[in-house]
Amino acid sequence: MSGERPDPDVLLAKVERDEAKARRGRLKIFFGASAGVGKTYSMLLAARERRATGIDVAVGLVETHGRKETAQLLKGLEVLPARNIDYRGTRLREFDLDGALKRRPSLILVDELAHSNAPGSRHPKRWQDVEELLGAGIDVYTTLNVQHLESLSDDVGQFSGIRVFETVPDTVFEQADEVELVDLPPDELLVRFKEGKVYLPQQAERAIRNFFRKGNLIALRELALRQTADRVDAQMQDYREDHAIREIWQVGERILVCIGPDAVAEQLVRAGKRLASGLRGEWIVAYVETPRLQRLPASKRDGVLNILRLAEQLGAETVTLSAPEIAEALINFAKERNITKIVMGKPRRRGWKRWLLGSVVDTLIGEAHNINIQMMGNPRSAAGDSELPASRRAPPPGLSSDSGQKRKRGYRGYGLAVGVIAVCSLLAESLYGRIELANLVMIYLLGVVFVATSLGRGPSILASILSVVAFDLLFVAPYFRFSVSDTQYLVTLGAMLAVAMVISNLMANVRSQAKVAAHRERRASVLYAMSKELSTGRSEAEILRIAVRHIHTEFGSRNVVLFPDENGRIQYPTGSASSESIHGCDLSVAQWVFDHNEMAGQGTHTLPGTDLVYFPLGSGSKVLGVLALLPVNLRRFFLPEQKKLLETFISQIVQAIERARLAEQAKRSSVEMEAERLRNSLLSSISHDLRTPLATIVGSASTLTERDDALRAEDRLELSRAILDEALRMSNLVGNILDMARLDSGMVKLNRQWVPLDEIVGSVLTRLHKRLEGRPLNVKLPAGSPLIHVDSVMIEQLLVNLLENAVRYTPDGSPIEVTAEFGPLSVSISVADRGPGIPKGHEDLLFEKFHRVQGERAQSGVGLGLTICRAIVEAHGGHIQAKNRASGGALFSFVLPFDQSPPPVELEKD
Amino acid sequence: MANPNPVIVVIEDDPQMRRFLRTSLGTLKFQVYEADTGRQGLVEAGVRKPDIVVLDLGLPDMDGVEVVKALREWTMLPIIILSARSAEQHKVEALDAGADDYLTKPFGIGELLARIRVALRHSAVNPEHPADPVFTTGELKVDLLKRLVYVGDREVHLTPIEYRLLSTLVKYAGKVLTHRQLLKEVWGPAYVENSHYLRIYMSQLRQKLEPDPTRMKYLLTESGVGYRLKT
Repeated sequence: MSGERPDPDVLLAKVERDEAKARRGRLKIFFGASAGVGKTYSMLLAARERRATGIDVAVGLVETHGRKETAQLLKGLEVLPARNIDYRGTRLREFDLDGALKRRPSLILVDELAHSNAPGSRHPKRWQDVEELLGAGIDVYTTLNVQHLESLSDDVGQFSGIRVFETVPDTVFEQADEVELVDLPPDELLVRFKEGKVYLPQQAERAIRNFFRKGNLIALRELALRQTADRVDAQMQDYREDHAIREIWQVGERILVCIGPDAVAEQLVRAGKRLASGLRGEWIVAYVETPRLQRLPASKRDGVLNILRLAEQLGAETVTLSAPEIAEALINFAKERNITKIVMGKPRRRGWKRWLLGSVVDTLIGEAHNINIQMMGNPRSAAGDSELPASRRAPPPGLSSDSGQKRKRGYRGYGLAVGVIAVCSLLAESLYGRIELANLVMIYLLGVVFVATSLGRGPSILASILSVVAFDLLFVAPYFRFSVSDTQYLVTLGAMLAVAMVISNLMANVRSQAKVAAHRERRASVLYAMSKELSTGRSEAEILRIAVRHIHTEFGSRNVVLFPDENGRIQYPTGSASSESIHGCDLSVAQWVFDHNEMAGQGTHTLPGTDLVYFPLGSGSKVLGVLALLPVNLRRFFLPEQKKLLETFISQIVQAIERARLAEQAKRSSVEMEAERLRNSLLSSISHDLRTPLATIVGSASTLTERDDALRAEDRLELSRAILDEALRMSNLVGNILDMARLDSGMVKLNRQWVPLDEIVGSVLTRLHKRLEGRPLNVKLPAGSPLIHVDSVMIEQLLVNLLENAVRYTPDGSPIEVTAEFGPLSVSISVADRGPGIPKGHEDLLFEKFHRVQGERAQSGVGLGLTICRAIVEAHGGHIQAKNRASGGALFSFVLPFDQSPPPVELEKD
Repeated sequence: MANPNPVIVVIEDDPQMRRFLRTSLGTLKFQVYEADTGRQGLVEAGVRKPDIVVLDLGLPDMDGVEVVKALREWTMLPIIILSARSAEQHKVEALDAGADDYLTKPFGIGELLARIRVALRHSAVNPEHPADPVFTTGELKVDLLKRLVYVGDREVHLTPIEYRLLSTLVKYAGKVLTHRQLLKEVWGPAYVENSHYLRIYMSQLRQKLEPDPTRMKYLLTESGVGYRLKT
């Protein structure tokens, strides 16, 4: 049993955490209960101490609020210039993030972490600026008041009556490397306050004066002390985990917070957050969308979305589950994810209703074993009202819904219901007297069932009432009016209504489930279609085209994928743009996304002022590029489901791109290997084929120079001839190698001219006159010396090579044939011999560089002759082939096309 | 040969090549002067009063074609150029600029001597008034006075252009003539680009004069450069 050993996953997480920390700058927060406790003062003191030890310290932004002691401390510290922004007539001093990044001190001071930046800044919040500084490896000192912590702002608001709009996510506080609590007893703080030593913003002075009551200050102080203590506790736990102290090692708690579209949702989320950080566990916020909830107005659904976004900000994972039954969906999800605790609101059904109809909570308690369930009461303010409060957190610009979109009720359904009952009445009328009254009611019931199944709840209720009224008026005496005895038909009405409700509800559920199923199926098929097509994409460009098209089809957003150049700078794509791609986007935003591996743009917290949304395109920590898209409907776009689908799309695209890049790399390396192989065979050929004749030349020449007196005249002649022959052979080889190199380099320009074929053949045969001696030569050229449009020097070389091969590889005295045939705008020339022919399988290999049928022999060439032939023919746009003749021997033939007709020639008359 | 010990200026930058030429030509009673740059070569050609210049096209200081042009500004003395294979265009330029003949490296001493002899003969004889009005090579006989052509005993009938072409080749017999030079001489300066005319007439001339048109005995093709009448 290795129970004493720490879990490797936990160790790995720690290593990763440490590594990320080493790269990041260190964050120190001077934390206080309220304004005036001296946070800025302490921060400046600490900074001065650091500077005294030789650290490069700069002040990014510090508010002295005119306090002399503080201003005194600023002296001697380097203060970076602030950014001045004119906003609606007032001049705002803002922290200059770019200036700070450019200056790159080791430590920078940025006051008031919770500050909101002026509109138009890169980030809406200052804590995001600080994150970026840390990401750039710069240490940061900053200050923070307890009521600005996201999870506490609500509590502070409740007891102090003042709501704070500037908040900092708890994660920033939790991940700070150091937190220094700056504490001042409330009495002393009040004294300072009365002396006017506490800065208050002018507009809110009165409100804040009320805030500075002893009771409030004590409560705030308690919160600050407790928050700091929690942190110390967490550090203690970290320390214990690091040092494998197991006893109090908590097994990972998983907390599920269930929210609905009501006012407690936000408090549930905050409570879940506190519980999760207290237990140091993961937490998930779930919203179950039942068919009933799907019918909620858009404003309420937006409220839920905002709560989910808040949960994400607080560090939760969020899910939206689609199911008909809340309890069932929650239990399944909880089992799937090994949830240990569920946090939810108190059941709203009370007394007999709860006893009769049950509640989600009761079902959960009954079915969820090993799961603790925590319930939260409704707050006073929201008691009895199920409306969601207008979220005080303004949603990111563009994310608010268009609330005018009310679901329009179709009046058609009611009209049809009336029609159906009219038909039923007609049918009943025709059967009246022939069947029992009770059976006549059945006809109406049939009508109500029909309306309930096909037209929904409202029309079916109408139909039930109309049925009973029509039945009573038409078939029960006294006719055409109601009487007291008719009250018994209230029972009929009740039964019909019940039937109508049950059936219409069932149908609504069935329909919505079908919708959900269809939606899921469509999503799966969309994903399948894209991954299938992506798998066919060969090149990166092709994959990108496919990706851009599919994203456009699914999300309706025009989009573009951007990649960095070799210096890591994001570039506009070079390829041609398709109709689905965006033309032009902000490269600096894309660059930021690429560098930080975080999304940015509209609807996000970074640069929300831009039109587009930018997503990093990558897997894990590796970013390949950036996907920029123009959302059509921003609210729909940021639905959790849609976002997950997009993330799946992105991961598929990333995989496809990586696959294409690997394939490309493999191809390149195989090309390199081929080039390497060629170089090697070139070297071995050259060394062999040039050294052999050189050996003869050096040997013979040295004999001639050193042993001259001992040589007879005929010996001398013999040696000289050997030198000459070998030198000529070498000259031939070098010529071939040079020709090949020239043809290979692509530098050869064809000098095409109209030349009579017989001149070329004649010139070749004359050149090879000596070598062809004793060979029966059969030359068959068309009569009238037709012109061919070629580079005559090259074609001569080609024929020389073919004929030399024929002579070299066939027995002495065997015949050689040269034949030419003309086609329209082409000529086909062949050289045939009666030799041993070409070994099977070598027909195409013959034209490869350095290929020799019989390996290296003294009289064989360097293995370039035919390669040169092929290069010449291909330079002319033709093709060459080798084959064995049916009657024995080898046949080499090539076809040369001409790109123009022969020029007209006026010949003189004899 | 006019001078029993003809003077040759060799302009060539490769010392081994110069050594070969000096030794080989020296044993054949030529008086050889050497220069390793174009500029020095021009000086040597001016002071040594050579009978012939052997010029390498690839010189370190100036293009061989420029040397040819500089020489032709003041002298008609024969120039034989030496060049590497696969530089047809360069050779043609040098020949059109006024060089008399060319040799492709590597070459044998026999080939060089043959070129030198032809060049010396032509410089000794005024080409406009050939000493011998009847030209003979092998079976081929051309009577320039009577404008008659024979192969063996058989008289061959030629068209006027064919005869003009043949007589031009005879006038410079043994010497290479570029396509351009021939076109200019036979058809006139307006025709210098129509090399297919020349090729067609050449082909016809061969049909009439050569016993085997695919194995030339008299009318030789200098691939990519021009033609030469064998002597």
